[in-house]
Amino acid sequence: MDHRAALGRAQDGASPVPSVVAEDLTRTFGPVTALSQLSVEMPEGVVGLVGANGAGKSTLIKILLGLLPPTSGRARMLGMDAATEGLAIRQIVGYMPESDCLPTDVSATEFVVHLARMSGLPSAVARERTADTLRHVGLYEERYRSIGGYSTGMKQRVKLAQALVHDPKLVLLDEPTNGLDPAGRDEMLGLIQRISSDFAISVVVTSHLLGELERIADHIVVIEAGVLQRSTSTADATQLSGVLLVEVTDGAPELVARLRAAGAQVADDGGAHTFTVELAGEWVLDAVQDGAADLGVGLVRMQRRRHHLTEIFRPEQEGGHVRS
Amino acid sequence: MSGAEPVPSAIPSAVPARSAASAAPAADDVIHDIGFRHYDGQRFGRGWVVRSLLVETVRGVFGLGRPARAKAMPWALIGILLIPPLIIALSILLTGGDQLPVSYTQYPSSMSLVIALFVAGAAPYCVSRDLRHGVMPLYLSRPMKRSDYVFAKFAGLSISLFAVLALADTLLLVGALLTKLPVGDQLAGWAGGMVTSAVLAVLLGGIGLVIAAFTTRRGLGVAAIITALMVVSGIVAMLVAVADQKGYPTVASYLHVLDPFSLVDGFVTRLLGVDAANGSTYPPAPLGAVVFGLVIVGAIGACLGILVRRYRKVGVV
Repeated sequence: MDHRAALGRAQDGASPVPSVVAEDLTRTFGPVTALSQLSVEMPEGVVGLVGANGAGKSTLIKILLGLLPPTSGRARMLGMDAATEGLAIRQIVGYMPESDCLPTDVSATEFVVHLARMSGLPSAVARERTADTLRHVGLYEERYRSIGGYSTGMKQRVKLAQALVHDPKLVLLDEPTNGLDPAGRDEMLGLIQRISSDFAISVVVTSHLLGELERIADHIVVIEAGVLQRSTSTADATQLSGVLLVEVTDGAPELVARLRAAGAQVADDGGAHTFTVELAGEWVLDAVQDGAADLGVGLVRMQRRRHHLTEIFRPEQEGGHVRS
Repeated sequence: MSGAEPVPSAIPSAVPARSAASAAPAADDVIHDIGFRHYDGQRFGRGWVVRSLLVETVRGVFGLGRPARAKAMPWALIGILLIPPLIIALSILLTGGDQLPVSYTQYPSSMSLVIALFVAGAAPYCVSRDLRHGVMPLYLSRPMKRSDYVFAKFAGLSISLFAVLALADTLLLVGALLTKLPVGDQLAGWAGGMVTSAVLAVLLGGIGLVIAAFTTRRGLGVAAIITALMVVSGIVAMLVAVADQKGYPTVASYLHVLDPFSLVDGFVTRLLGVDAANGSTYPPAPLGAVVFGLVIVGAIGACLGILVRRYRKVGVV
């Protein structure tokens, strides 16, 4: 499952149509430089935009939405120029701000219907799509109650719903997991992944935590102090880790012997039922599977051990793993 | 395909009470997850967006689509505004007078406190709420411009105010007509009342929104607007009296431009040649109408300009 997903992503990552293109983007606020000569292409799928607070993520998003003119440079979104075609961009793009942005005295339904109309949807469509979208983000009966009484998690869902209600081609999510507990974080990340995979809407999601984005992003862009640090497909980044963790119910040594005979590099005979094998190619997966079947042992798991993306950013490992 | 075969036969056996015809309704019992549906239909442009925001603003001012407590204040004030016309109509009916005790153009000025309270309740709802809760980024990320938001809110509040003022004047007209006062005179007076209502609505809407846009804290905006409208009225009335006493009647007549209510009243009085409210004296006809008219236009323009400026940076930095 894992390796198939990784391979699929490798193809997505090579997608020729970038949804966001920034060329030499610079934005200064007086003496402060928020973005400095940023050139980056973001493909379709889930793109994680990572950077510390104040790294320039929100500035980049506002430039992409056409709300903030860049000091110099150009940005294109879905093929449209952010500086001149802001209205057209905002018609087919959704935005979830980082900050609190919900009035307290209306219900989620009323508010999202209103914002759907503000995106240009006719009233009847706005109502219908609001009901659908709130259900998709996981708000049910409580959607008729005033937003003032909602938990942080529910508010984040309303914020996400208003970004999705007009069926955009791309959504910009600014720190969607902010303020959520671990369970809420997982749910939100799952939801974001579904937006891309099930709803076929491209996602640009920001976070200051690389760890949470590496799980869901197809592509990671890292900026620091307004400067691009790295732009890399997660598939590329983790493909070369090439280590498969195998766990069997029984007969691990026999299986290891078979694999070695077939020419595989089996490493680390740590546990009685687990071992790892160097993933030299697709044939290794088949060999493990066939070997287990022939020996009649139960295969508990075959897990591709991916490099953590954090490793990419360690300078000493950069050349070795990432850009080869 | 063949996998569907056992299902129809299984239903009658599992639910014997159902007839064979209920096989179709039984299929409806299943909740289908139809997934995320895409929308390929029409998407309207800025015109529709501004219109929608305007309608939403008008609805909200009257508390529609908001909790019950948001409805209490506007409707109580509207009730208060509508009672005098009823009493006036009744009194004419009973005492047999031949004219209204208060003219259509004077009525808004005589009810200035209630109108000021209404503005004080409505204007903060229109703009402070969105600023306080940070809603602006959600509007700005939609196919509209900042100025569209300002325009929609301004128009929405002005239309709401006009509706309230016009309703009170119209009730006065209905009362007058029921008591068989001359129809032609009353209609002419009512038309003047509509002009007064429209000008006053736009001017008060602008002033209210400017104050509300700078006082985002709940309650502060309400207090600031009441203070601005009522205290200014009082101070201007005092200044006018002082100037009159000291022998500067011309200065006194022009001092009225400082109070929104007497500004509009002076303009209408000189424009239409009707009686002034509160027995005020305004500058003579052609010059007075021009000066007061220019001040009104200038004030509304200034309000719009300040609002657009105020919103230039909102939601960006």
